[in-house]
Amino acid sequence: MQPEGVDPFIFGITVLVLACFVGYYVVWRVTPALHSPLMSVTNAISSVIIVGALIAAGPAEGNFAQAMGFCAIVLASINIFGGFIVTQRMLSMFKKKR
Amino acid sequence: MTDDISAFLYLISSVCFVLALRGLSSPDTARQGNIFGVSGMIIAIGTTLALPEVLSYEVIIAGLVIGGAIGTVIARKIEMTALPQLVAAFHSLVGLAACFVAAAAFYRPEAYGIGQFLDINTASLIEMTLGLAIGAITFTGSIIAFGKLQGIISGAPLTFKGQHFFNAILGISIFALIVLIVLDQNEAIFWSILALSFLIGILIIIPIGGADMPVVISMLNSYSGWAACGIGFTLGNSLLIITGALVGSSGAILSYIMCKGMNRSFFSVILGGFGVESDLTDVQQGSDKAIKSGSAEDAAFIMENASSVIIVPGYGMAVAQAQHALREMGDILKEKGVNVRYAIHPVAGRMPGHMNVLLAEANVPYEQVLELDEINRDFSQTDVAFVIGANDVTNPAAKTDTSSPIYGMPILDVENAQTVLFIKRSMASGYAGVDNELFFRDNTMMLFSDAKKMCDEIVQALN
Repeated sequence: MQPEGVDPFIFGITVLVLACFVGYYVVWRVTPALHSPLMSVTNAISSVIIVGALIAAGPAEGNFAQAMGFCAIVLASINIFGGFIVTQRMLSMFKKKR
Repeated sequence: MTDDISAFLYLISSVCFVLALRGLSSPDTARQGNIFGVSGMIIAIGTTLALPEVLSYEVIIAGLVIGGAIGTVIARKIEMTALPQLVAAFHSLVGLAACFVAAAAFYRPEAYGIGQFLDINTASLIEMTLGLAIGAITFTGSIIAFGKLQGIISGAPLTFKGQHFFNAILGISIFALIVLIVLDQNEAIFWSILALSFLIGILIIIPIGGADMPVVISMLNSYSGWAACGIGFTLGNSLLIITGALVGSSGAILSYIMCKGMNRSFFSVILGGFGVESDLTDVQQGSDKAIKSGSAEDAAFIMENASSVIIVPGYGMAVAQAQHALREMGDILKEKGVNVRYAIHPVAGRMPGHMNVLLAEANVPYEQVLELDEINRDFSQTDVAFVIGANDVTNPAAKTDTSSPIYGMPILDVENAQTVLFIKRSMASGYAGVDNELFFRDNTMMLFSDAKKMCDEIVQALN
């Protein structure tokens, strides 16, 4: 996945720094009226950590790591569903003048 | 599926998440943004499920269904006024999930290609333990924040002697343990890091008072992102790193905005204890000064005859669930030809944007809801400022009294309006423990009542 000869850590840092810049500029453009939905949607997407949980729960044989993975899947999916639905509920209330 | 294809799909998913945040720049595009967010998540999960090493679908689907059902029910049932505690509770789950993933990676590093049990690459191990520590702090910190917001734990700041010293020792110990685990990988150290991080998470949030919650929630939001980031490094997964960075910077920016809204340094909020010395003597002296109080009929009469009214809501409106009654009052006034607008202070309520959501819930069109910078100059040309459930954010002492704890905080200049109507349950001081000199001004009329009851009575009087 990484360019040859570059340490994966350096590769990760590159991605991290660039993503922080993207985050900085995108988030400053969010209108203050939507700061609550911003919190709930970031909360939902940070549950993308479920990717790690799925890999842990993935192997066919059961063990401690798989149990950990299962717990993480449950928690992360509460967040994913809860976060996106509550964001949708909030956003559907922001209406223009009738 | 090859690594290249899955990496590419993860990239698409990252782009979707960026677009989800981008959509929030306006209420018109926000719903579309949320659809991008959901799509990004579906792509991320789908891609991972298609990885060759992921085989036990029964377990995974069971987890997704259980979690999904719980999340759906909670999100549908929750009252909008309980939003801050819901968000805090959700943050705690991300934190705990990060801990579980870190533990899974520690006990079965082969699955992630980072070494063998008790023989993990140094870099991955550091990243993993950092992710673990941040996740654990997010978990217990959010639980405490939830408890304070829900009223299970007292919202008052809890401080004890030597607290900062103790926290510093704990923090240093965690770092020392991370160094130790690199030198000697063993399970006991791993779990000690977890335990100490749990403890420090509790201790950092405990001393922070209720009205500093907007900063705390934003901060925990940020932490949950950095925890995901740490796990992303461990797994060598760019999607997790990108998403973690987006969430982390979003939370950090919100914390910054909230601190600026209170003119306090981030550091002073974290150290906590603000509002402990609520000066009761001052308040009692205050109540000897002359105040004018009025009834709902008086308020209705004044507003009916005004040409413009600016409504200033605060946390008290949320507590009293007064937003619907307030909107009804606003509607009647508008029918009578009064120009009604709403002014929102950045730290009004218990989370960023809290008031905006409640007003939106009550069907107030968002064009009428304005931010501090947009509306502050208009108070001087306004007949009536109607303060409902806000206090410190309107206190002129923030501009004049250098000894006041809230000195320098940007405030809504309600005192410039012709008349200030101020709903308050009693003469108790605001959260900061500061007397509001606004109460004693000649152009202020106090309306002593519960916010919702007062709005209902004004509506009756207007009809």
